[in-house]
Amino acid sequence: MSDLSLLVFLPALGALGLLVIPRSRNSALLQAALSVALLTFLQSLWILYRFDPNLGEMQLVERLAWIPAYGIDYFVGIDGLSLFLVLLTTFLGPITILASWTIRERIKEYLFFMLLLETGMLGALVALDLFLFYVYWEVMLVPMYFLIGVWGGPRRIYAAVKFVIYTMAGSLLMLVGIIFLATRNFQVTQRLTFDLLRIAHLHLPYDEQMWLFLAFALSFAIKVPLFPLHTWLPDAHVEAPTAGSVILAAILLKMGTYGFLRFAIPLFPEAALVAAPFIAALALTGIIYGAMVAMMQEDLKKLVAYSSVSHLGFVMLGLFTFNLQGIQGALYQMLNHGLSTGALFLIVGMIYERRHARMIDDFGGLWKQLPVFSSFFLVVTLSSIGLPGLNGFVGEFLILLGAFEVSPLWAAVAASGVVLGAIYMLWMFRRVVFGPLARPENQRLQDLNSREIFMLAPIVGLIFFMGIYPQPFLSRMKSSVRLVIQRVESQKLAVPLIRGEASDEEKAARGN
Amino acid sequence: MMEQFGLLRFIPLIPLAGAALNILFGARLRPQFAGFLACGAVALSFLVSLAVFWLLPASGVFRDVLFIWIDSEPFKAQLSFQADALTAVMLLVITGIGLLIHVYSLGYMGDDEGMTRYFAYLNLFVFFMSLLVLADNLLLLFVGWEGVGLCSYLLIGFWYEDHTNTIAGNKAFIVNRIGDFGFLLGVLLLFWEMGRQGVWTLNFSELERAAHLLRPESVTLITLLFFAGATGKSAQIPLYVWLPDAMQGPTPVSALIHAATMVTAGVYMTARLHFLFSLAPATLAVIATIGALTAFFAATIAVAQNDIKRVLAYSTVSQLGYMFLAAGVGAFSAAIFHLFTHAFFKACLFLGSGSVIHALGGEQDMRKMGGLRRYLPTTYWTYLVAALVISGAPLTAGFFSKDQILWQAYASPNGSTQLWLLAWLTAGLTAFYMFRQLFMVFHGACRVAEPAKARLHESPAAMTVPLVLLALGSIFAGWLGTPDFMWGSVWDPWLQSVLGVQEAVDDAAPGGELFLMALTLGIAALGFLLAFLLYGRESRVAERIAATTIYRWLAHKYYVDEIYDCVFVRPFTACARWLAQIFDPGFIDGFVNGVASTIRAGSLSWRRIQSGDVQHYLFAFLAGTLLIFAYLLGR
Repeated sequence: MSDLSLLVFLPALGALGLLVIPRSRNSALLQAALSVALLTFLQSLWILYRFDPNLGEMQLVERLAWIPAYGIDYFVGIDGLSLFLVLLTTFLGPITILASWTIRERIKEYLFFMLLLETGMLGALVALDLFLFYVYWEVMLVPMYFLIGVWGGPRRIYAAVKFVIYTMAGSLLMLVGIIFLATRNFQVTQRLTFDLLRIAHLHLPYDEQMWLFLAFALSFAIKVPLFPLHTWLPDAHVEAPTAGSVILAAILLKMGTYGFLRFAIPLFPEAALVAAPFIAALALTGIIYGAMVAMMQEDLKKLVAYSSVSHLGFVMLGLFTFNLQGIQGALYQMLNHGLSTGALFLIVGMIYERRHARMIDDFGGLWKQLPVFSSFFLVVTLSSIGLPGLNGFVGEFLILLGAFEVSPLWAAVAASGVVLGAIYMLWMFRRVVFGPLARPENQRLQDLNSREIFMLAPIVGLIFFMGIYPQPFLSRMKSSVRLVIQRVESQKLAVPLIRGEASDEEKAARGN
Repeated sequence: MMEQFGLLRFIPLIPLAGAALNILFGARLRPQFAGFLACGAVALSFLVSLAVFWLLPASGVFRDVLFIWIDSEPFKAQLSFQADALTAVMLLVITGIGLLIHVYSLGYMGDDEGMTRYFAYLNLFVFFMSLLVLADNLLLLFVGWEGVGLCSYLLIGFWYEDHTNTIAGNKAFIVNRIGDFGFLLGVLLLFWEMGRQGVWTLNFSELERAAHLLRPESVTLITLLFFAGATGKSAQIPLYVWLPDAMQGPTPVSALIHAATMVTAGVYMTARLHFLFSLAPATLAVIATIGALTAFFAATIAVAQNDIKRVLAYSTVSQLGYMFLAAGVGAFSAAIFHLFTHAFFKACLFLGSGSVIHALGGEQDMRKMGGLRRYLPTTYWTYLVAALVISGAPLTAGFFSKDQILWQAYASPNGSTQLWLLAWLTAGLTAFYMFRQLFMVFHGACRVAEPAKARLHESPAAMTVPLVLLALGSIFAGWLGTPDFMWGSVWDPWLQSVLGVQEAVDDAAPGGELFLMALTLGIAALGFLLAFLLYGRESRVAERIAATTIYRWLAHKYYVDEIYDCVFVRPFTACARWLAQIFDPGFIDGFVNGVASTIRAGSLSWRRIQSGDVQHYLFAFLAGTLLIFAYLLGR
């Protein structure tokens, strides 16, 4: 088994291993799951070590025939686009297990689904066979459905069903698209395959590209979620248990943006170019809209959920600039959002466990009683509003830089989202953490215990590190992002000019 | 001439280390120790700054490169520092006056339970502020720029249990962000416009070399966007509204952040980018006009405030207006000179007011003070000196630096009589509101209520020594830049290496400067006299003035906050509320759920067809056959 396959299947093997531990032994189950998650993280560090930062192509690939009759392979690999999303997933693995320490009911099934989910996510990130990708894509749904539906809040069934049906509705179209692509490829090359790298050579006519792009884009846009397809998100977040919210926000949403970058854009570059202004318009609407709706939320989880709509709007905007700054910034912002929003959900979960309340008005003056908690909360809040020196700024700035090259108007609208971000986050922070400690329920709260500090400290450490020294990340993304850009650029001449383009000499001067 | 100087990085890093130590281990240390740690860190930083100032060769630049911060071709920003004459001056103000204020805080915050947190924030501020002036590129400057805003936010809301304070903190941060929106767009526009000319950089010295390549209209837009950022940070019209509210923070913070250093960052930025601003006469005209208007406008508000710190806050806004007026007429050196002298006398005034507030146990209403000079002699004398200096008493720092600005506003090629007139009137108002305050606080009958009156005391040495030092500085700092007919300026040649030689002032009327000086002195004397007549003696006039409509307008700051609230805040929040409560759940999610329930309803009705009744099926079969026949026959 190659390094990558070991990485993907470690959590699933661990999940099977859990089955032999008796249901009554709660702590043994938790410790086993934590060890599996830690091992997976170590394995991902090994992959980081083996990863060649200068290569843009797929690395550490492994290919096995899986369903030869249909040309379906087990084909995995990793490049600069997926590397850090894989690491984010494995990094948050142990943290989400730690966040589940207080779960009491059906802990065995819970941990089983958590580990299975990790395999699903890692698989989807490294899959290079379209069919394999689709399988992992759907595999992610099942554990998440149960995590929300069984361990969720009062309206968990509604939220879980909405989440699954909404996502399924999109992904079925994608499945049709995948099958169409494979048959089309067969017509041209007389070879039946679902191999992404081979299919990428197919040059489809524009209208076919557009239909296929739309099919893929709908599926991914629901996952992102791109405005106006976002309403499943607040429901799912509000009802999901803490760890579920963290994974949902930090990684599952990124599957949508990653899908655009890995599949929809490189496979259908012409269509992507034409669609770019429309998608950018939706992304910009989402930035402003998400922020304004977040501003008026009374439920902490809903507020964070809508802030995700706003932040993911930034990511989408960056992806569809098709320049190095925009896409690097988008990739970076995916990681930032994973860290800061993941941490925000952890923080809301910690306070919920203590107070069994989540409304902003239930709190106030927490700094006095919970200084450590509040300090972590402050750093994460500042990261979320993109304070320079922390990680969020690097991503936001690069996206704005990339967007400005395409259209100063895009950049201006997006930058106003930065102002709005400060407004809703600081309003919320003020109402929760500052003010008098008036409510008697809040006066008895305990500050963070060492388990909780262990959960937040690594995230906060990364928030600082990625803000001050982003180069190790950016340099490993660069070559792969370049390849995507080259694919799109090569199509640019074929597309009637839809917006002011810089001349070729200028492009050459910049080294793009 | 660039020279590597590896000590540069320690100027920001030492206070950062101080802040980090206090944050991480402060809970386990004695609060007093936290204060000493913070003071020590700033003192070390001050020593390094002195060394830089001392060793910096004429027209030379020290550099210290750490590493590449962000690299995304063609964009590249380094984490590297540079110090030239301008930076050196700013560093001395930041770490020098910063040190005095840190020491003062030992006394002022001595019995506050949040002392560790306070000193951590204060050190963090010195870190970000020195980063701001040491940055060798625009993006790193922006890190400092937003970082000082963060510290300002944290310190305004330092006493977080009172909502007023934290609301003021939020207002400061958000209003600044609105300005930064412009600043950030300015950075982006500058970067791509420069790139169009083949120069991919945000580094100051590289920008300066290539500035002439930019198209005139883009320079105007870029500089206007930068100035938008400056109106936020340096509290100019229309974004000055946060600064008076920022007085909710502890008084030493008001002195350090909201008077001496952070609020001058906009002026510093303008001077740092003088090579761009000089290319944009339209922007300069805007800056000069806004500066002069702000100076005058804020001074009129200061006249009618009764809170001891609010008077000083509007005074700061007004003095910052002077600095922008100077920058706007192209006299960057005069702007920085006033920044330098203002740091001394305004810090002295704020710390003096802090000493008063400390003695009165937190009272800030000047109507409940009076006659304090007997109880607080040192505070009184230093306050008097600083008040004289800001009013422009002859041969003090304020006299020289303000005179330069007024002269430039009139005589520089970009100046005009109108600008001078506004600045001149402001000079009169300045003397009036300062001495109104001095008389209300320190002279006349003591109006302090009884329990507090018995406890009146002069502040401890930790507080009075900085006061005395700042008062001395207020007098003598101005001697560095006297007019040509005295011994001339050592200041201008020193800054010329950075800011360039200024266009020669039109010297058609020799003695013109002297004449304007006399006029300024005249109106300042008038302001003093008026203050004395109205507030210096026991009289009922003051009360009658307070009852007039115009006074009420001034006291309510022209209702600008209320207007902003009605025009911007309320419509915006109403819109957000509508989106969040009606549009999102009703329309967007309603559509989604509508689709789902339509499909459900549709399936429910179709389900009836599958009744399992053979007669139904036979009927359908027959009907279908008939229909097909009918179709075939009718064709």
